[in-house]
Amino acid sequence: MLDVRTMSKSFGGLKAVSEASLTVSEGSIVSLIGPNGAGKTTLFALISGFLKPDSGAVTFNGAAITGQRPHQICHKGLVRTFQVVQPFAGLTVRENIAVGAHTRVAGRAAALAAAGEIAQLVGMGAQLDQSAGDLTIAGRKRLELARALATGPKLLLLDEVMAGLNATEIADLVAVVRKIRDSGVTIFLIEHVMQAVMSLSDYTYVLNHGAMIAEGQPSQVTKDPNVIEAYLGHGAAKRLLAMEATADA
Amino acid sequence: MTTRERILGWAFILCALALAPLFITSNRWIDFLELTLFIAVLGQGWNVLGGYGGQYSFGHAVFFGTGAYIQALLQYKLGWSPWLTLWFAISGTAAVAAMIGYLSFRYGLRGSYFALITLAFAEAFHVVSRSWSSFTEGGQGVQLTLNQDPALALVTFQFSFGGPFMKAYGFYYTIFAILLISYAATWWMEHSRFGAQLVAVRENEDAAEALGVNAFAVKMRAICLSAAITASGGVYYVQKFLFIEPGIAYGTAKSVEALFAPIIGGLGTVLGPLIGSFFIHGVGEVAKEAIHGIFGDRPGVDLILFGIILVLILAFAPRGLVGLLERVWIRLKARRDA
Amino acid sequence: MEFLGLDLPSYGWETVLGSAISGVFLGSIYALVALGLTLIYGVLHIINFAHGALLMLAMYAVFFLWKFLGLDPYLAMIIVVPGAYVFGYGLQRGIIGKASHGRDEIILLVTLGVSIVIENAALFFFSASERSVLVPYDLDGIDLGVTYAVYPELIALGGSLLITFALWLFMSLTDTGKAIRAVAKERQGARLVGINVDHIFAVTFGIGTACVAAAASLLVPTYAVHPQIGYLFVLIAFTVVVLGGMGSFIGALVGGFLIGVTEQLGRLYLGESMGVITISVIFILVLLFRPTGLFGQRSG
Repeated sequence: MLDVRTMSKSFGGLKAVSEASLTVSEGSIVSLIGPNGAGKTTLFALISGFLKPDSGAVTFNGAAITGQRPHQICHKGLVRTFQVVQPFAGLTVRENIAVGAHTRVAGRAAALAAAGEIAQLVGMGAQLDQSAGDLTIAGRKRLELARALATGPKLLLLDEVMAGLNATEIADLVAVVRKIRDSGVTIFLIEHVMQAVMSLSDYTYVLNHGAMIAEGQPSQVTKDPNVIEAYLGHGAAKRLLAMEATADA
Repeated sequence: MTTRERILGWAFILCALALAPLFITSNRWIDFLELTLFIAVLGQGWNVLGGYGGQYSFGHAVFFGTGAYIQALLQYKLGWSPWLTLWFAISGTAAVAAMIGYLSFRYGLRGSYFALITLAFAEAFHVVSRSWSSFTEGGQGVQLTLNQDPALALVTFQFSFGGPFMKAYGFYYTIFAILLISYAATWWMEHSRFGAQLVAVRENEDAAEALGVNAFAVKMRAICLSAAITASGGVYYVQKFLFIEPGIAYGTAKSVEALFAPIIGGLGTVLGPLIGSFFIHGVGEVAKEAIHGIFGDRPGVDLILFGIILVLILAFAPRGLVGLLERVWIRLKARRDA
Repeated sequence: MEFLGLDLPSYGWETVLGSAISGVFLGSIYALVALGLTLIYGVLHIINFAHGALLMLAMYAVFFLWKFLGLDPYLAMIIVVPGAYVFGYGLQRGIIGKASHGRDEIILLVTLGVSIVIENAALFFFSASERSVLVPYDLDGIDLGVTYAVYPELIALGGSLLITFALWLFMSLTDTGKAIRAVAKERQGARLVGINVDHIFAVTFGIGTACVAAAASLLVPTYAVHPQIGYLFVLIAFTVVVLGGMGSFIGALVGGFLIGVTEQLGRLYLGESMGVITISVIFILVLLFRPTGLFGQRSG
């Protein structure tokens, strides 16, 4: 469904994303992991049209979308959420979600009604008439998700949607994400919360210093020495193996 | 507030305004009402772009002045009917807005930079209208011929020599009609998809884009609507005073008055500019009376007060008078229900 | 001569040079006014719409000191500059900072409100009539061949450069200056190392106002004072700052001189009235095509 080919982006002298390639198949949940500063959000921004790549191409459902504006890409069915949540603070939850709904629906009443349904779906039904500015971080994350969902996407890019949540909230949101996938939306998520990555993803990509260093099933990838080194530092993989050897002995 | 309460509120206000002239005999108070409605129209124009759209223009006079000049010049130079020229005044000004908007939004100007560039455009138009005498009659301004034939009052859109009713109330009902139309347009906008998208862009442009809103297109529509409403104020002005010159058209006075009313009254609400206009002009009248007793007639008093009120509102009541009234209303209802 | 399709008058190079030189003198004042504005923007990240009104107020102060105390406008700096600093400090700490709740759009409107109050208070108390200062030396000067530079112009140039240099020294060498630069670069970090950011904001605003007061002192011998004069200078100051780059001292200087020269040449070739439009045009063009200006780092 989504095909990214050798995407690169530099800011001044810093290469934020370097020849990154990945594929997301329809109906799957794919995750993108990697240490902080690896370039994951930059990659999302490149895919969703907020940044123009220096080189490389993005194809969505067979059509090239490289360099198009975010709202155009949204209309094609690819929507992203933001790592730092961006609610429309002055509006209510319902009005927030309605903005997303308006992508499909022109009438105000219809959009507001659709917003109500989406809110129920993600478990925000009780908060519909609250001001978005009053929500907790968990609420805002959910709102972010609901808004994106309201646009009727085929592919949803979720950027650290679990960050800042406690264990219960994470479990709830994992269930919601699964429900969304089951309703026919493909999901591509950036995540640090390993619990979510392991329980949700069908496939995982690992980014470090802007380059893809591993990909595969989550359980395999987390054992990959390159990945371990990326997170824990040089030589960490050897040390871990040594520790395990002494533990077995 | 429920929708029913809102509709009743509006009906009350509009009926009061429509019938006011019949109960007010003093010319001075009719003039006061007319001026208030005039500023309420300019304010609503600013409100569409600034209140709903979040793009604060510091040079809105550019739209008032262009509307006024087109209205005046087409009559003065080509002898067209004012009822025809007004369409050109409004659409011509919208075209100017499209140009300014295209330049500003295409290059991503926001916040202070947008305010500055609108100021610069107003200044530029001011200078051009003063210098390009062959086209605009320069500093001496455009003076339209006064029609003294009562039979032609309506045709020439000049009521001063019409029948007694027209003479006294013709222009009052003109600005009232303009207010009705522009406020209805704003109300419609607020409840449409366009309005929802405009407000989303105001709150967070990037998030709106991510949700499929074409921020550039939305802002363009907003600035054109804003300009059209403001230009209609210019049309009224020219017909009433039959005179326009660069200082009146493009001077800072109109730019500043256009933003006082909506900010003080309540940004992003239909009622805001109207209430704001009434409030500041009411306060202005009181101030002038008070000062007259002590200092005589000195200019500047009302604007000093407006500036102070502006800062106070921004500091303590950012949602303006409408916000304050809503809070009072909620409290009253809670007490009544308790 | 032909330029961009316009039929412009032809002048000898001496006239053009003379015009350019008077542009340099004018530009030095613009630079000084713009210096305060760019400093305030660099640190508080706000565009101070009250800047012109403060200039006007300072000019009235200089005028009245001359009128009632017979104080020479240049000497009046000794009183007006510190006074302006205190006024600016109080204005930021007491009103602008408080009313804005830190939001950019609101600060914009608050400074506009403040400028309206100040301008109309001046109109109310001083009336719209122009006030001029007469100093015995305002027609004497030096003959430069292509033009005659009167003493006020020379003093203005010298004064501006001196003050700019002094300010640069202050910012580089003193603790307060360093604190200001710290806040400009990294507000939160500065707070974390114990710098009182609100105080620094007010200090910066005070310094910006003081710069404007110094410029006022330099302007009064040549310009008549009236309530609208602030507004005239404000647009020019904005243009200088935007051209030179928000937050850049060098930018303010270079921008000031460039604008001064362009304005004078514009007056020469396009006439008095149209010459003024060169400012607006430059402003619009810079905003569109290079909003960071010549030397600036941050944009909008």
